[in-house]
Amino acid sequence: MIEVKSLVKIFDDGDNAGVKAVNDISFTVEEGRFYTLLGPSGCGKTTTLRCIAGLEKANEGEILVAGKKVFSAGDGTFVPAHRRPIGMVFQSYAIWPHMTVFENVAFPLRVGKQRFSSADIKKKVNNALGQVELGGYEDRMATQLSGGQQQRLALARALVREPQVLLLDEPLSNLDAKLRERMRFELRELQRRLRITTLYVTHDQIEALSMSNVIAVMNSGVIVQEGGPRDVYMQPKSKFVANFIGSTNQLNGRVSKIDNDGVGSVQTDDGEISCQLLEGLTVGSNAVVMIRPESINLHIQRPGNVANLVQGKIGAAMFLGEYVDCTVELGTNVLQTHQRHTLQVRRGDPVWIELPPGDCMALPTER
Amino acid sequence: MATATIFRTARVSMPIEPALLIPVVGAGILIYLAVLPLLMLLVGSFQAEVAPREFVYTLKNYHAAYASEYTYSTFLNSLIFASGSAGLSFLLGTLLAWLTERTNTPLRGIFVPIAVVPLILPGVLESIAWIFLLSPKFGYLNVWLMSLFSLQSPPFNVFSLPGMIWVHSVGQVPLAFLLMVAAFKSMDPSLEESAMMSGAGTLQTFRRITLRLLMPTAASVVLILFVRTLESFETPALIGIPARIYVYTSEIFLAFNEYPPDYGRGGALAVGLLLLSAVGVWMYTRATKEGKKFQTVTGKAFRPRQFDLGAWRWAGFGFLMTYFLFVVLLPFLVLFWASFLPFFAAPSWDALKKLSFDNYTYLYGFRPFWQAMQNSIILSSLTATVAMVLTSLVAWIVYKSRLPGSWILDFLAFVPITIPGIVMGMALILLYVAFPIPIYGTIWVLLIAYVTRFIPYGMRAASGSILQIHSELEEAAAASGASWWESFKRVTLPLLRPGLVAGWIYICIVSFREFSTSVLLATGESRVLSILLFTMFEQGQVTVVAAIGVLMIATLLAIVAVFYKLTGRVGIQT
Repeated sequence: MIEVKSLVKIFDDGDNAGVKAVNDISFTVEEGRFYTLLGPSGCGKTTTLRCIAGLEKANEGEILVAGKKVFSAGDGTFVPAHRRPIGMVFQSYAIWPHMTVFENVAFPLRVGKQRFSSADIKKKVNNALGQVELGGYEDRMATQLSGGQQQRLALARALVREPQVLLLDEPLSNLDAKLRERMRFELRELQRRLRITTLYVTHDQIEALSMSNVIAVMNSGVIVQEGGPRDVYMQPKSKFVANFIGSTNQLNGRVSKIDNDGVGSVQTDDGEISCQLLEGLTVGSNAVVMIRPESINLHIQRPGNVANLVQGKIGAAMFLGEYVDCTVELGTNVLQTHQRHTLQVRRGDPVWIELPPGDCMALPTER
Repeated sequence: MATATIFRTARVSMPIEPALLIPVVGAGILIYLAVLPLLMLLVGSFQAEVAPREFVYTLKNYHAAYASEYTYSTFLNSLIFASGSAGLSFLLGTLLAWLTERTNTPLRGIFVPIAVVPLILPGVLESIAWIFLLSPKFGYLNVWLMSLFSLQSPPFNVFSLPGMIWVHSVGQVPLAFLLMVAAFKSMDPSLEESAMMSGAGTLQTFRRITLRLLMPTAASVVLILFVRTLESFETPALIGIPARIYVYTSEIFLAFNEYPPDYGRGGALAVGLLLLSAVGVWMYTRATKEGKKFQTVTGKAFRPRQFDLGAWRWAGFGFLMTYFLFVVLLPFLVLFWASFLPFFAAPSWDALKKLSFDNYTYLYGFRPFWQAMQNSIILSSLTATVAMVLTSLVAWIVYKSRLPGSWILDFLAFVPITIPGIVMGMALILLYVAFPIPIYGTIWVLLIAYVTRFIPYGMRAASGSILQIHSELEEAAAASGASWWESFKRVTLPLLRPGLVAGWIYICIVSFREFSTSVLLATGESRVLSILLFTMFEQGQVTVVAAIGVLMIATLLAIVAVFYKLTGRVGIQT
């Protein structure tokens, strides 16, 4: 539904070279999917989105929306934003303060190429407002709505034209934590119901993980990893991805053994750890073993016959309500773990740490 | 050259569609309005005769202007007039601002709007009113004080340098007041509180913290008051010329009014005044930029600390009351009173019997009055419209289009702020006497002059409101399927409207009271109200002049009333 091929966008910075905000990006969003561009600020995710919307003109590459070429540096195609079959929600919502709720939503129907009768407009607007549960608010001034309501109004406005593609630019970042959680759920439900192809831009890993079919993690203008939420989380292909998504423990070492199916062992200061190996690692090469805090099992007594068992002692235990954030000091490394809230330990208690091999991932050490 | 750069680079990186022609046309208009007259002025000042068949270079104009027997006295008068007025209006304005903003003076709240009221009084009328009050021959205050204390001679003489300074200062106090109120308002009270917590007493805090923080703002305010006095012509014309106290602006006027007019000398004097003013504005912009370095404005709303004046607060109240009665109210009253008199007379039972509407009935049938009224209304509304349309386009290009080189437009639109009104008049005379467009002597040359002079005001209003519009509001329109024009019409323009209306009204008011440009350009049929006032006052029809003044103030009040009604209605709460 959206195809981006070798997209490059350069911003003038006064120099001749300019800044490559987007550096040769390609990806495809299948019809009806929820695709997320995830990355830190300045990674080029919003610029990519704006190029697809037609608000920026890229320097190189090609963009297809709904099978139609909307941009091509090769033949100079550039369909202006208002001729593209898109709906977009902006970070600031961009609700027009001089219009009522109804007028805000009716706007796309009134300015488009296709003309609608006022009865049609009324029906479509009411329908769109109903979808986001804003029925009955038609005559309010848009500025009288609360933050969450404005957000839903922006969504209704983006959907009312029944666009082929929905673009969302950090739509939840201006909401408070509780509301954000609820909107995440509602937004995902709405997208599933309408089966609308959605491109979502965010720097929030939880939004990306909970809503997406596919996540593309971006850094410095390139996509560093693309995959399902589970893959990206559990099998990061680089230290950047591992660090950016969730918190992670790192154990440095050297590959000591390689078995079949990408399984092997890494010798670390705190013993040999069996783990999954990323392709390209060879015996003897430097590697770093990644493991998520919640994957680590903690035992008060030595359990029988488990792999990757290391002895250590409790460094600090913080009760956070949902879980206990507990650091364990090994010989040289300190691991962070998340344990059930029922765990009762004290600083200095001896414990046994189990690192399940399936959750340990060895990556090449980055220079 | 400027236009060429814009055109060339614009092609490469313009993402959206507005016509590339707009910035080029905009630059062209601005160059025509602001740069061409100045070039013509410069050329004219080195020219042997006006509109010659061939250009003959000469320095005789500069010799006549700057090496005459009057050069020194004019320079001295201008300097004393400008620094005296800047100092006095700064002191009064600061005192008013401090009393109303930072102390517990009783009833201080109601004096804030009152202090701004004199803005409605055109400079010409301000001078006339004070002549009514302080003239040594018939001034009310003089007559009263003489009979009250049985004095032999009048205590005040408005026809003197101190008189000029006083009259011009009271007209300028509202400006100083507004600027200083803004400065006091934006001061973070915690800066003073932390000085007190460090052990500094009230006086020490005031001296070491408050005063120091105000210094950059105060310096720039004094500077702008100085430049504006130097550029002004109302007081120098109505008080200075009869008193034979000449400053630069009156020298230019007199060169023009000689027979035959000495355009060359006037031009040379105008070039000098222009340079002075340009240096002043340059220093002002530098000072305000410097000031930003330790700017205390953070966008937070402060509740400034209030000084407890103790028993002195009644002294403050007394000052505010005296200021209100004598400086704000009295000029209006004296004009109003005089407008009902057949000839000028002090208020008395005798005079009371002579009061009549004769002046107003006379004006009703007096064609030049209606002509001038019509000219003034047409000119001020046209000026406001043309200036706002032009500046909103320019501001949009400068702040929204992201075109490289658009700063040139910004600069060009700022240039007119350095042009004193009378210099503008002189430059346009030199331009249109030589130019093959026959608009000299019509109101169209006035329109050009007004639009040019007030472009910077329009820019401020337009850019202020354009910067307030988040670009995502326009992008959302594009993403909703609106073309550039639809988006401009339905989103940008409605959001700009309150700011543009405010700018329109402001320009309308300043055009309506404009004097120093008009005095050279408005003749015969193209006379405007302020010029009619001036000539009739010179002819001695003082009570009819007072009646015209009252009608002029009434018209201005009507404009302001419409303004409040409109902005109240189109105001947007965000």
